[in-house]
Amino acid sequence: MSIAFGNPDRPNSYIGKTVPRPNAEKLVQGRGRYVDDITLPRMVHVAFVRAPLAHARIIGIDAEAARAVKGVLRVFTGADLAEVCTPWVGVLAHLKGLKSPPQHALAVDRACWVGEPVVAVVATTRAAAEEAATLVEVDYDPLPAVTDTMTALDADTPVIHPDLGDNLAFRRLHEEGDVDAALANAHKVVSARFRTARHTGVTLEPRSILVDWNPAEGQMTAYHATQAPHMMQTVLATHLGIPESRVRVICGDVGGSYGIKVHVYPDEVATAAISRVMARPVKFVADRLESFTSDIHARDHEIEARIAVAEDGKILAIDVDDWTGIGPYSVYPRTSAIEGNQVVNLCGGPYDFANYRAQTTVVFQNKAPTCQYRAVGHPIAVAITEGLVDMAAAAIGMDPVEIRRRNMYADDAYPVTSPAKMRFEGLSHHASMNKLMEMIDYDALRADQEEARKQGKHRGIGIASFIELTNPSPFMYGIGGARISAQDGCTVRMDPDGSVVALSGVTEQGQGTEAMLSQVVAEGVGVTPDKVRIITGDTQVTPYGGGTWASRGAGIGGEAALQAARALRGSILEVAASMLQADAAKLDIRAGQVVDADSGEERMPLEELGRIVYFRGDTLPKDLPRELVQTRHFITMDYPFAFTNGVQASYLEVDTDTGVVTLLKHWCVEDCGRVINPQLVDEQIRGGIVQGLGGALYEEIHYDEDGQLLNGSMADYLVPMAGEMPDMQIGHVETPTGESELGAKGAGEAGTAGAPAAVMNAINDALRPLGAQVTEMPFTPERILRALGKIDD
Amino acid sequence: MKASAGGYARARDVRHALDLLAASDGMGRILAGGQSLVAAMNMRLSEGDMLVDISRIDGLAGVTDEGAVLRIGALTRHADVGADPLVRAHAPLLSAAVDHIAHAAIRNRGTIGGALAHADPAAEFPACILALGATLHAEGPEGTREIAAEDFFQDVFTTALAEDEILTAVTIPKAETGEVQVLEEVARRSGDYALAGMCLVKRSAGHRLAVFSVGPTPLLATDAMAALDAGDMDGAVAALKDALDPPSDTQASAAYRKHLAGVLLRRAVARIGEQQA
Repeated sequence: MSIAFGNPDRPNSYIGKTVPRPNAEKLVQGRGRYVDDITLPRMVHVAFVRAPLAHARIIGIDAEAARAVKGVLRVFTGADLAEVCTPWVGVLAHLKGLKSPPQHALAVDRACWVGEPVVAVVATTRAAAEEAATLVEVDYDPLPAVTDTMTALDADTPVIHPDLGDNLAFRRLHEEGDVDAALANAHKVVSARFRTARHTGVTLEPRSILVDWNPAEGQMTAYHATQAPHMMQTVLATHLGIPESRVRVICGDVGGSYGIKVHVYPDEVATAAISRVMARPVKFVADRLESFTSDIHARDHEIEARIAVAEDGKILAIDVDDWTGIGPYSVYPRTSAIEGNQVVNLCGGPYDFANYRAQTTVVFQNKAPTCQYRAVGHPIAVAITEGLVDMAAAAIGMDPVEIRRRNMYADDAYPVTSPAKMRFEGLSHHASMNKLMEMIDYDALRADQEEARKQGKHRGIGIASFIELTNPSPFMYGIGGARISAQDGCTVRMDPDGSVVALSGVTEQGQGTEAMLSQVVAEGVGVTPDKVRIITGDTQVTPYGGGTWASRGAGIGGEAALQAARALRGSILEVAASMLQADAAKLDIRAGQVVDADSGEERMPLEELGRIVYFRGDTLPKDLPRELVQTRHFITMDYPFAFTNGVQASYLEVDTDTGVVTLLKHWCVEDCGRVINPQLVDEQIRGGIVQGLGGALYEEIHYDEDGQLLNGSMADYLVPMAGEMPDMQIGHVETPTGESELGAKGAGEAGTAGAPAAVMNAINDALRPLGAQVTEMPFTPERILRALGKIDD
Repeated sequence: MKASAGGYARARDVRHALDLLAASDGMGRILAGGQSLVAAMNMRLSEGDMLVDISRIDGLAGVTDEGAVLRIGALTRHADVGADPLVRAHAPLLSAAVDHIAHAAIRNRGTIGGALAHADPAAEFPACILALGATLHAEGPEGTREIAAEDFFQDVFTTALAEDEILTAVTIPKAETGEVQVLEEVARRSGDYALAGMCLVKRSAGHRLAVFSVGPTPLLATDAMAALDAGDMDGAVAALKDALDPPSDTQASAAYRKHLAGVLLRRAVARIGEQQA
């Protein structure tokens, strides 16, 4: 029996409703258990000496003074840890040509970015470890630093890794149709240069790991703030020479991740290696300042792009040349080529056009490594595409909504394959745009803009359609050889009191995964959500899974939970049918009661069934199965990714004297398939929009030409704050995926994907009558005034 | 990072605090609200400080009406300055400034004396007392002395206070009838340090203009003040820009800050006109 999602009054109708989060009270009361809350007997702390230069040979390390500090136990160099920990190489076979040198837990011989860990100091307290770390003297011989992306491949630029031959990490050219002919014959060709700044994730809880190697058990336990416990199990086992079965990764509460916590960091592996050597629990919690130089960065792209359109606004061609600098190493094991690759995959995404060329060039540089961060590649591709579409509309005098409607795939066109060779199962661009137009009352907004202009106020409306890649199959990492699971599992069991425990391979980072799972399981079994307890984040306990990234938690983990819950329901009803001498097909479970499916009459509470099964099993027929534990796994098979779509709008005002942008309102209509919990989805969208607005207006990591980080603190790396955020209105269109019964696709990255483009287009809509245009993010007051020609140098 | 303090002592009274300072061998640091000092210590920008905690000393907090002037004790918290009816009535510039200082948690802890003695060139209060022509009151081993606001701010984080002195209060001439005081600033986000800001006071004697976040100290823009007195708006903007040599940093270039100073001056003058109307 399948679930009648269309009927909101069906029994146990928790899927699709705002159900309270089971873990919210714990977190709000400060009763969560993060890595830093865990103290183990004999635990020690490690602090890292980090490279002060962007590129330098390590001549010598003098740790004598550090060793003399009270409480210091050991000091480790790169050579010390290389004896117990093998280096890793961040490449994937399906990203052809991607190269990267071996990377060690601590720099050996050479440091390649400011912040790279060079020496580890272990002490009985973090304070002593830090104190001693300041006393370690490292003798460096400076090497030339490569910091500019666009000249990284020039003949006179030094090669960072001579063994690799050049500074090119990866290049991919995708061509479809005849772009040059389309450009040559088009009614209009518009070109622009875009730039997205270097960002970092700034998680509330910094990266944290506590590793306990117990030689007596031959087991390593890592308490880790991570998005992918099973991936980390493999990584630690592989590089520390421990059988995979003897590494247990436990991931308790995590204070935000946004992709930051899905990568392998040298300081975290060093912490594990040190525990292996010292046979003691070792804790490392990054502080805010070292986070800025050691967490992954992202987004740092420079793009030249062109669009060709016909007189009627039809897109004839899009041509994109994308460059990105990723630091000195491709990050293990997901690699740093993915964001550039995504730009190639996603540009032009909403539109039905024929001629497409995109190339990404990924180069090494002496800055912090970049890797996947919320909405990987999407904000860049959407900014390029939607920026170009708006410019083309302006060039031919067409309304920006109209040009989109003329080019978006028709809602009944699916399945289709895009010019980037992405396969779309079912999207709703037109329905989403129609809904957005209703929500924003487009004509009234244009009238308000006109009225404001008369008063000398420069307001702008920005529209950004987008697609978002979710529910990844093994095509994302597995086919490249990485042991990163695209399938996920869930075990659901009923205990004697009729309550249900679900163990899932997807993880909770504060976004509400456990709430989503609890309502799916509650509906699947037929109990109230408060009777469901969720356990995630323990490789020795939960089914094997990928964890939470690429917007897969609900779509993959949720379906596994639903199928496991339905299987448990079947097991329960089989027992109940025997006990009640009824036909299982005529029974149902509702709110923890076995009931007559037709009349709803209560037949037996689940706790009575539990009492009989667990304590008086002797009264049941000998051959009656009573398996009140069921496990199911789910993997997508029909499509490499479940694409979602949506459209955002921004309304803002530009102060053309100061350059300050005031966000007036923001809207998003999003189609993530089945909405499991409307409030969680809406808040995910809002949180994502906020992160996108950060990229549009505030966030920018600055390096000088020597590779020194210039703004590594919360005082000068500006994250978006509540005071500047506009009211955000969220709407939904639901096109469930047919790959699963649940029909859910991901929702976690859509907000971030579209917001920067919407803001860029709104600013340019405001500035267009003044003849100015901005394309370099973030749109700081100064950049806006410079575009207006108002600053005299 | 973990701070590395040299020591901590809580002072019973000002005399005790002065004794503690004298005994600290030059490493003494006054701890009041701690909103700048503790952050600096936690970033290890300041190490080995012998902290002299004056936060519990009686009588250093509060606002009193002393006839021609308002006396604001050094330990008066930003939030209390902002909410004080005497300040609102007689020095509205300070009330307005509080809205721009950081965030509620910081305003609840930070003190006006701490902000003035710290002398951050981007902070609002130093520019306010400069524009208002206030007097600072310090106490040292030799007794008390008064320092005019014009003489107080010497360089980035550097004031006329001697190492063995403590700032105890600031006295501010009460606004005369018809006096208008406005503060204008632009910050990237609410509560951030301003990219540029200014305090403009218009009294019967003329304009007083103090700009902040555009140089090593808050600056009294005397040429611009004279131009304003003469009713020459364009001349005031030009004089102000001439007087400034602002820094460039990751938030804004010197050229942008100069431009902004001109824009803000026009806005401040316009607001004064509105308030007088």
